[in-house]
Amino acid sequence: MPDTNEWTEVISPKTSLLDLKLAELWKYRDLIVIFARRDIIASYKQTILGPLWFFIQPIITSLLFTVVFGNIAQISTEGINPFLFFLASQICWSYFSSSLNGNANIFVNNAGIFGKVYFPRLAAPIATTLSNFFRLIIQLALFLAIYLYFYFIKKDVSIQPNWHLILVPYLLLLMTFLGLGLGIIVSSLTTKYRDFSNLMVFGVTLLMYASAVIYPVSFLPEKYQYYIRFNPIASVMESFRYAFFGQGTFNIADLIYSTIFAVIVFFAGLIVFNRIEKNFMDTV
Amino acid sequence: MAETAIKVENVSKLYKLGYVGSGTFRDDVKYFFDKLRGKRNEAELIAETNDREHKGNSEYVWALKDINFEVKRGEIWGVIGKNGAGKSTLLKILSKITSPTEGSVKYRGRIASLLEVGTGFHGELTGRENIYLNGAVLGMTKSEIKSKFDEIVDFAGVERYVDTPVKRYSSGMTVRLGFAVAAHLEPEILIVDEVLSVGDAEFQKKAIGKMQDISAGGGRTVLFVSHNMASVRKLCSKGLLMRNGKIAMIDDIERVVDNYLSSEAKQIFKQEWELKNAPGNDFVKVKKVEVKAANNHTLENFDVKTPLEISIEFYNNYAVSDKVYASLHFYSQEGLCLFDIGSEIKSMKNGIVKSTLHLPANFLNDGSYFINFNILDASGPKLLFSLNECLAFDITDARHDDLGYFAKWQGVIRPTFLSFTTEQV
Repeated sequence: MPDTNEWTEVISPKTSLLDLKLAELWKYRDLIVIFARRDIIASYKQTILGPLWFFIQPIITSLLFTVVFGNIAQISTEGINPFLFFLASQICWSYFSSSLNGNANIFVNNAGIFGKVYFPRLAAPIATTLSNFFRLIIQLALFLAIYLYFYFIKKDVSIQPNWHLILVPYLLLLMTFLGLGLGIIVSSLTTKYRDFSNLMVFGVTLLMYASAVIYPVSFLPEKYQYYIRFNPIASVMESFRYAFFGQGTFNIADLIYSTIFAVIVFFAGLIVFNRIEKNFMDTV
Repeated sequence: MAETAIKVENVSKLYKLGYVGSGTFRDDVKYFFDKLRGKRNEAELIAETNDREHKGNSEYVWALKDINFEVKRGEIWGVIGKNGAGKSTLLKILSKITSPTEGSVKYRGRIASLLEVGTGFHGELTGRENIYLNGAVLGMTKSEIKSKFDEIVDFAGVERYVDTPVKRYSSGMTVRLGFAVAAHLEPEILIVDEVLSVGDAEFQKKAIGKMQDISAGGGRTVLFVSHNMASVRKLCSKGLLMRNGKIAMIDDIERVVDNYLSSEAKQIFKQEWELKNAPGNDFVKVKKVEVKAANNHTLENFDVKTPLEISIEFYNNYAVSDKVYASLHFYSQEGLCLFDIGSEIKSMKNGIVKSTLHLPANFLNDGSYFINFNILDASGPKLLFSLNECLAFDITDARHDDLGYFAKWQGVIRPTFLSFTTEQV
């Protein structure tokens, strides 16, 4: 009997660079949600404070930043309440850095599952990003509450919300692309060369100091202000704070540069991921 | 004829041996430029066949080479072979865990692979949460899992612990929960690795029963990899034997298992030792063990019509020398003991003693067998020394050509001294 009906699937060595199998990924959407839920739930299982940890972490970090960088190092926050300044910076930065860190270990951390069962591998980085996004939303709500308290009740005049606020979702999208893209690239390299996981241990911290997280760009000497524009994260950080506080700089050219950078990194990440995922079990 | 469920065409898989280091980075760069210039990858040209026992010269090895086969819908195949023969690599390619270097695999229907039970279980999550997690990992949607949730919990028998974190489960419970989820998958094609080797006997029975139901009920296709010949024989109808990364044989499961067992086993017809390095102890030392054809001493290809003599010679230094005797355990290749027979107990002096077992023709069926010898003191009886798997040999088939029956003759023994009469009544 000739085989009349179509094959469900054909497994072969070569596929095109950007064959993301989005339809298949959509079929596995429940898995993505369950993975993201697992990451969130598992992080506060067997703790007393439970989900409260989502608030405690940014508040403590921001307080520490206020004391160390604001009071001791006397870094200017352009007249903005230092705690609010660091809280905004911290939330935006930690979304990027946790997304980067999470995705940078995606293959090595999931080697156990990836080696035993097939599902679209892209589900794992998407789930990691989704769980980080969920954390971001919660922390952003906390920030907004404190922000509104300062604005309406304490009548803090240094806070000048402006129309740039509508760009906030766009800025967060850029951070998503950057965190996901860079993370995937690092993790793809890590499957074969563990050198990169060593680099990540201190690399992310170093990157924070180079990304206008704990200081506004205006704090830098002229010379460095020029160089920092090459860092696509710095302009996102600066624009994010500008939207809420109306202080600092907002440079559309820098933002376009960041956008181009983010898009390239994102697609490069997808291509690399697609190439690596098929055979990474042989080298991991 | 049923339609093809899986079609494997010219599948090969290349692996690199050794460690990943700076050398591989150099290779990667070179490979990249070679590819740009359109050169064929050098590695593929120098790669050798996959033979774990011989040291090769190449760093690259074909874990699989030119694999071709077709599985029809509803068939249950057993995939067997030695460790490192390429079974797992084949399974990984079929399960899409890794991709082939060359060739293609085509299939019809949803495929699910069970290379492990409880894949993705997270210790901190409860049984309930893990059922959803594991189900989703295996490709079920949330609503599918929901509709089967009670069945799964019931099958696993963990109702009381369903809201307890899995890290508090016993290992047996974890396995049961994992298998329960997997058993409620409803794929058209199921690929199973040796997951049944875990869990207790009762659970194994339950699991095998469930697998038989799966294939019998829904016309599903199953590929089963195992080292347990008994369960392969029980479950499968066809067999695929792998050897050194290639297909050695595809046939009925019985023939394939027999071929595997006889080909992988070494035959030992005779072993002889000098007194100074003879196996044994202060009481006895073994001098010689041998199996030979009783009628033709040079013949080393025994068939079912060959009468055999199996003998052991040993130095008897035991103080109560007149009580020493030998016993022989006769095993089939699967490890089933066919019989245990003690030698005649005769008053012997210290010195060399020989015991011989005469095995008549037309008694054993064709197959592979091995022998264990024990030397004992009859007054206890007390074990003085034992020598395991010291002889091993094959008995090949022989039958009248005009019989017209060519299939594998069933049974461990094939005695002709029994009478099975026929009369008109």
